[in-house]
Order: sequence, then structure tokens, then C-alpha cells
Amino acid sequence: MKIEVRLVGEGGQGLILGGLILAEAAIRDGKNVAHTQTYGAAARGEISKSDVIISDETIYYPKVRQADILLALTQEAYDRYTRYLKEGAIIVVDEFYVKRYDKDRKVYALPLSDTAIKETGKVITVNMVSLGVISELTGVVSKESLKEAMLARIPKGTEEINLKALEAGFEMGRKAKEKG
Amino acid sequence: MEKLLSGNEAIAEGAIYAGCRFFAGYPITPSSDLAERMSFRLPQVGGRFIQMEDEIASAGAIIGASLCGIKSMTATSGPGFSLMQEHISFAAMAEVPIVIANIQRGGPSTGLPTFPSQQDMMQARWGAHGDYEAITLVPCSVEECFYLTVKAFNLSEKYRVPAFILSDEVIAHLREKVRIPEPGEIEVIDREKPRVPPEQYYPYDDSQGEVPPLAAFGSGYRYHVTGLAHDITGFPTHDPEKVGRLLKRIVDKIRNHVSEIVEYEEYMVEDADILVFSYGCTSRACKEAIQELRRDGVRVGLWRPKVIWPFPEEELKKAASGKKAVLVVEMNYKQIGYEVERILCDMRVHWMGRADGEIIPPEEIEEEVKCILTS
Repeated sequence: MKIEVRLVGEGGQGLILGGLILAEAAIRDGKNVAHTQTYGAAARGEISKSDVIISDETIYYPKVRQADILLALTQEAYDRYTRYLKEGAIIVVDEFYVKRYDKDRKVYALPLSDTAIKETGKVITVNMVSLGVISELTGVVSKESLKEAMLARIPKGTEEINLKALEAGFEMGRKAKEKG
Repeated sequence: MEKLLSGNEAIAEGAIYAGCRFFAGYPITPSSDLAERMSFRLPQVGGRFIQMEDEIASAGAIIGASLCGIKSMTATSGPGFSLMQEHISFAAMAEVPIVIANIQRGGPSTGLPTFPSQQDMMQARWGAHGDYEAITLVPCSVEECFYLTVKAFNLSEKYRVPAFILSDEVIAHLREKVRIPEPGEIEVIDREKPRVPPEQYYPYDDSQGEVPPLAAFGSGYRYHVTGLAHDITGFPTHDPEKVGRLLKRIVDKIRNHVSEIVEYEEYMVEDADILVFSYGCTSRACKEAIQELRRDGVRVGLWRPKVIWPFPEEELKKAASGKKAVLVVEMNYKQIGYEVERILCDMRVHWMGRADGEIIPPEEIEEEVKCILTS
């Protein structure tokens, strides 16, 4: 099994950290991983991309070519990266920012940033909400490993809000899955 | 424990493991995060980190620190590597062990700072003036960044030569899982120290072997170090016999030990009709392509050097013997390709490459192999 995950949004949305946590969760699940990210002059407001390949086998080519899972937190992210998807790829978008998407694709439009604000008061936890959704929807990493990997990475004192955000993501993912 | 590390971080960890306790550097993309890691890690293990005014000073500082008996390194990219060449030549002549990581980006000049290339392969071999031998290692994974850095220090210490780690932007910022070995788990070599008292010590005395023991400055041994041609005392000479003997030894101490120094990987080589020769990040695209081609029944394999200088000539000749063709794949406009042509002069050697900032995709390699098969 080899799954290519692409997390895309704006600099400042915590997607680089999100990718690291996803990769570390996969390591805890006993998988091989390759994580790459946009590398350039991107700062807050620029497009920011965090790619994770998760595989039972050795990973040779280290870059994501066609994603199985795409998270798009902005319209630009969606527009630019839906070109590089496998057939039947799962797409998760923030419904507040991504208004235009293909109806014939498998798109989960969810209130990611709204939920982050509602649950934790901080929009910055949108990365953890999103990881929770992805884990629940796709099973690409186990929820336990994701929780452990997150707690090992985040700054001390932020455990409570991040756990809350992650749990909210699990919940949202569960509901979305039921709805289909 | 298994950790998620980037290639640059793994080079830093490999250096610490090998006993490096001094880093002098000047930041340059895409190597800066290696320096950053060293600035954080060295103080934790009793080492020193210093940011210098430029790359020339950085190379000078690590030569000085190494002469004081401290394993030392710097990290840079193409433009900085160019500036360091003068001191590399000095380190080769004075036989001072140093390690330089060159995280290759697109060149020439300032080129493409945030994109990969493999354009400094020949600079690592012939970049500095004069006849000398240095050692160059080319990692293709994060784990290999760790192990080949330990090896770079070991070889540099053993042979008293500059050793280079030629990584690239892809491997530098790729994060993979790495298991850091326990202390003592893999061999760490320290330079040989003099076994004679200070009054009997000659820093370039070759009577006991090709690599003379090296005393640390400040340990009571007084001696002279110069970039000028010198005799066994370390003082300048232009006596042709002494100069010839020194220069011959400086190249022979490596050339006579190539088989002990080189390391390579063979992947599906045995029954292959076509041998792909590649290294660094490019070799990973080759492996992906080979897997695909094998599914189609194409017999193709990869030969990948981990040490590229000195070049594993005999080993490559042996692997290529009996193959229908060899394809060299690299991220430049032909550098190692010429070397392979020279070594395999009686074979069909094909070459493909690009240096536009993009890692070569497996599909292009597959196509090239199919082209060779039908040509």
C-alpha cells in the first residue's frame, strides 16, 4: 500500500507542521514515509504545500506526483493542485474558502476553519481539525498514532486546544463519512 | 529510536556521531538548515559553532580547528563551494582532515537557490588548483546522509584529506525515518597521533606509511604547516626529489586504496541487459523507473556509487561487463557521463540529464530505456 497525501493552503495555516505530524504518525504505525514541502520565499499569505508519501514498501521517488488525498484550505490551492490527482482521489476542502469545486469529484466541503474557531477560539488549529478529518475519513494513519505524534510535536501548553481541535476533526470526519 | 529527520539534519547528526565538535560556516540556501542544526546541537555535546564572515573564512577556520585536533566541518552550496576551493587545495597540500557538505543547487553562479542540481560533481574532483585527491560521497536518502557523513569523517581522518558530502536540495529537505545508531554501533575512526616524543616528530614523515601521524597544535608538538611544497619537517623545499615524493604520496595515498574506499549499491543488476548508472536523488527516480520496466519484463538494473571520488572504476567495469548498454542519468548537462564513457570505452554508453531545477521524473527514464532497447 502506498498513499500520497498533499496538504495545501496558505503560509501561516500550519500545514508544514501538519505534514510533519502526519508523517510521524505514520512512522508510529510502522510505515515508511517521505515528507517534502514547498521550499522557497513563501511566507504568510503565499501558497504553502506539505506532501507526505506513506507506504509499506521502500519509497523510491520521493515526490508526490498524483495525490490520493488532497486537503485544500484555499481556492488557489484547490485550483492549482486538483490537476495532480489519482482517479477517485479524496478531496477535503474548507467550505468557507473554497467555493468553486467540481461536483463530479469526491469532494468533502467541510467547515474546517469555522470549527477550529468554534472549538478552540483559534483559527490556527485548523491544521489539527483537518488532520482529524483526514484520519477518520481515510484511515491513512491511526487515530492513536496521530494523537501521540501531535503531542510530541506541538509547543508545551497547547496540548488542550490541539487535542480539542483533533477530536472535533475526528467527529466531523465521522459524520462526513456517514453522509458519504 | 526512529526519528523523522531531513537530509540536512541527518548530516548534522552524522557529524556529531562521528565526533565533529567544530563547525564554521556562512549560511547559503539550501544548506542553511544544516548550519542551524549544528548551532543547536554542538553546544549540547561540548562543541563550538561559529558563523564566519564568508565561505573563505569558514574553510580557513575548520582547517585551523582540525590542526588543533578537533574534527571539523562546514556546509555550503555551489557559490560557497567555489569560494572554498583555495583552502581545499591548502588542506590537501598540508594534509589536514576536513569535511565539507555541499548541498547542490542549480548553477552556474547564484543560479537556482531553492532548486536541486548535480552540477558540482566535477568541481568536487577538479575544483581546486594543483594535483591532489579528495574523497566525495553522494547520499541518496536521509538515512544515507547520516551514514555517509560518518564515513566522510572516517575517511578524512584516516587519509588526512578533505572529504566532501555532495547532497542536493531534494535529499536535503526530504524528511524520512532514520534510526540513529547507539554510540559504538558503527565504527568511528580518529586520525593517528604521533607515537614519538615531540623532539623526534616530523609532521610529514612517510617512513612508517603513506599517511603520517598528525599531532594536535597545543599538545606540545611544534611543527610548521605551509601550502608551499615541503619536506618531512613541514618547511618549504624545492628539491625535486622531495617535492616529487610528497606530491606522489598525496595522490597515491588515495589511488592505491580505491577498493577500500569506494562503496556502491547494485539493484537488480545481475540479470540486467541495461545498466542504469545514477547517484544521489536522481537514482531514486531511476529505481522507480526500473520497477515499472521490470513489470513490463524489461531487464534493467541500477548501479549506484555512494562514493564517487575516487571513482569506482574497476567495480563499475565488472558490473557492466556483458551488458548490452549503459545509461547514465544525472541532473546536469553531462559530467559523470563523460567519466563513465572513458571507463567503459568499449561499450554503448548513453546519457540523459537535465538541469532546469526539476528532479528527473521516472517516466522520462523509462522512455529512454525503451528507446535504447529499440535502437
